[in-house]
Amino acid sequence: MSALRPALPALGTVHHDAHAARRLALWLSCCFAATVLLTCCSLIIGTSSIETSLGWIFSPDAQSSVVLWQIRLPRTLGAWFAGALLGLAGSIAQGVFRNPLAEPYLLGTASGAALGVTVSLIAADASVEGLLWAAKLGVTGAACLGAAAATLLTVSLSRGVLQTRSLLLSGVVVAFLLGAITQLLLLTKPEIWRSMQTFLFGSTGFISWSSAALLGGVFCVCIVPAALLSRGLDALSLGEDTAQSLGLSLPMLRLTLLGIVSLATATAVGEVGVVGFVGLIAPHVVRETLSVNHRQLLIAAPVCGGALLQAADLVSRWIISPAELPVGAVTACVGGSYLVFLLWRRGRNV
Amino acid sequence: MSARASHRRSQCVALALALALLAGSFADAAAQALVLSDDLGHAVSFAHPPQRIVSLLPSLTETVCALGACASLVATDRYSDWPQEVKALPKTGGLEDAEIEGIVRLAPDLVLLSRTQRITARLHELGIESFALDTETFAAIARVVTVVGAILGRPERAAALNRRIESAVEEQSNRARARRPGAAPSVYFEVDRGPYAAGPTSFIGEMLARLGTRNIVSADLGPFPKLNPEYIVRRDPDVIFISPTEAPQLAERPGWNRIRAVREQRICSFTPDVQSTVVRPGPRVAEGMSAIEDCLERVSPP
Repeated sequence: MSALRPALPALGTVHHDAHAARRLALWLSCCFAATVLLTCCSLIIGTSSIETSLGWIFSPDAQSSVVLWQIRLPRTLGAWFAGALLGLAGSIAQGVFRNPLAEPYLLGTASGAALGVTVSLIAADASVEGLLWAAKLGVTGAACLGAAAATLLTVSLSRGVLQTRSLLLSGVVVAFLLGAITQLLLLTKPEIWRSMQTFLFGSTGFISWSSAALLGGVFCVCIVPAALLSRGLDALSLGEDTAQSLGLSLPMLRLTLLGIVSLATATAVGEVGVVGFVGLIAPHVVRETLSVNHRQLLIAAPVCGGALLQAADLVSRWIISPAELPVGAVTACVGGSYLVFLLWRRGRNV
Repeated sequence: MSARASHRRSQCVALALALALLAGSFADAAAQALVLSDDLGHAVSFAHPPQRIVSLLPSLTETVCALGACASLVATDRYSDWPQEVKALPKTGGLEDAEIEGIVRLAPDLVLLSRTQRITARLHELGIESFALDTETFAAIARVVTVVGAILGRPERAAALNRRIESAVEEQSNRARARRPGAAPSVYFEVDRGPYAAGPTSFIGEMLARLGTRNIVSADLGPFPKLNPEYIVRRDPDVIFISPTEAPQLAERPGWNRIRAVREQRICSFTPDVQSTVVRPGPRVAEGMSAIEDCLERVSPP
């Protein structure tokens, strides 16, 4: 724990410093350049050799243009937006809970989404009505619904959003409870286990233009109010009493912020499954390399999360092509290694 | 071809071994027990055919019943659902969560299970005899029938069943060859959303190959690889096999509306009872092949 930088913003004069602003600008440009580079790479990396893909770009035929523009491009852009949503949700969660280990799935979202998907897969197998219902809703819809229901359950169990500790506890309880129900349901229908595994380890394979557009739209809907409330997050991180003494309406602030976390997480999980570590790691990468307040963090962490998931997506489809690794396994490897690196570095410095 | 030849060879060796064992046991008078080694390398001796059997794998349940010994089953796993009479038997859990207590209370003299099951060690500790069989491949079907037939003391029935299965499989292959001389439609068999495909080395893949189709997945990717969906779009299969749940949503997958099979609705889905003949390497293998071939005939007009 002590190895992780606390989820406190850099307050005082640092962020007013022109030097810090220049560093942030430089950092964001680097991330942007990386995103552009990754997007270009994602066009030429897939199930074909790089030379073949390059050939397609310059002289496309009907099939190759589908692969390039209907599959690879929306997939990489969708992965970016999903990563950005998780990065945003992670930074807000760490700010609201004042805990460096807080992450987007803390409110039981992931377990709720998994339960939603399980129920829809079982219903689809059970009856014709179930199949029609599941087909209409899709895995995405079922996951979103489950995630939203889990968040509501967590919030109602903790009787609102004011008590950090009780909220955290309810989140853990809801996650365990829904996880247990999912396991019980899976026992009765083990043939859906492989489909569930795909969802639980995350998959960017089926992101279409409409999924990418949905992810992008929700990202815009989330980032604007989050940035507007970033001062509130700064104040919250100094303690709830301080925030209240600054004249902030805590219930409203926390409710809106957690609403953003839920919306962002549910959308990302619905589209790409439970991708771990991006929401946890992205804010840490930013805080390790920059001295930022929450407004800057809420811009930098999504950019970082987006690039991270985009890179993970690229690795997942490249290493054992034409087969694929689950993208969540890649992010977990990268994220886990990064945390180990932080621990090792801090240990050495001490 | 070489893989198939080696399968045949191993099948012959297994048959010869089992027959030798059998011949040995019969020659040495009835008093001497039959000793067979299971696929975990554990030797089991049978003084007389078991009368109270628990089967923990649907394909083994089907084999026991196809050999006419359904009456000696006292319980099955919860997925065994064929033939009809096993549905009424007590259920002792699933493949990985077998109910030890339930099995012990039934006092079976043999538990039949697959090689991957963790439960074997526990059963041995409790003094219950078990016999593990690898049932994953096409070649395993005949071998399992022979071995189970030997255990049940019905070697002639086993030989007859094997001949029946072999000729039914041959008949389906011939039917496919006669219908599509020369042409091999390319197929993609999705076992799960992911997308996980059935590769040529899987049991399903072997069935597809025997029906003269060309799997779009190459053998080096393993039996059930998780594919990049783009690969399927690029391979542009003529026919897609997929669960009825996923079938209506295929065109919504990015780029999939360009796949010939999706455009021309050459999609095969099976109801759960038919699906079980397609995915279980057991005595009903020819029925599974027939279901696949029926659909191939329906969706790919000559």
